[in-house]
Amino acid sequence: MSLQILLFLLLLVLGYFIGSYLERKHYRSIIKREAALNVLPAVASKILPAGSESYEQTLVLGNVTISVDYFKRFLATLHNFFGGSVSSYETLLDRARREALLRMKQEAQRLNADLVLNVKYETASIYKGSGSGVGSVEVLAYGTAMIPKRSAT
Amino acid sequence: MAGLENKMLISNLETIPDRRVVKHLGLVQGSSVRAKHVGRDIMASIKNLFGGELVGYTELLSESREEAMERLVQQAEAVGANAILNVRFSTSSVAQGAAEIYVYGTGVILE
Repeated sequence: MSLQILLFLLLLVLGYFIGSYLERKHYRSIIKREAALNVLPAVASKILPAGSESYEQTLVLGNVTISVDYFKRFLATLHNFFGGSVSSYETLLDRARREALLRMKQEAQRLNADLVLNVKYETASIYKGSGSGVGSVEVLAYGTAMIPKRSAT
Repeated sequence: MAGLENKMLISNLETIPDRRVVKHLGLVQGSSVRAKHVGRDIMASIKNLFGGELVGYTELLSESREEAMERLVQQAEAVGANAILNVRFSTSSVAQGAAEIYVYGTGVILE
């Protein structure tokens, strides 16, 4: 019994430190890449700016699956009891959405696109383990990349 | 995917700028159900403790999505479309460890 409690505490501590380290690292990388990809706008609009040149279109996708750590999952269970906003899952989803969008933009950049129109998100929770509920989420970002005809030879 | 010359135009826009839709051919769809293998599952349970990206799952789902899109394109070719517009994706977990990817859109003939 005491061994179980010890293991539980160990996992909490490890989950907390490694989890928050990984999250900070991920956020740093996201911010850096977002700044680099600022030149390629991804918009939710379906209409091209007036008077723009002619484009080739193609669908671009970006997806990512991210898991929450043991500590945060425990926190979320507590939140389930008391209610309120579950900030540990908020950052999980924020990271996943931004990462998915970045991957989509990277693919668009590889195709020499000027912009991405009609960006949509699709979120799915991946069930893992027994009864713990949401632990990891998959986010897909997709849109139509507009590739100028001059560069698509 | 189809060859380069008659490459299917896939887009999630409803209309394509500068091009007119000649004929609507109705809904075309493609789906794919995949399950992960044990190795990936073990890795995923470790990652579940510490958080972070589950690379195995990301790959699995993107492969699955590619397969669904191939089927979508096949179906569109079968009805004689040269473009698929207004494409949407949908994901549902049908069982533990298996996910269904569904992709659908409108098959059209563009001039």
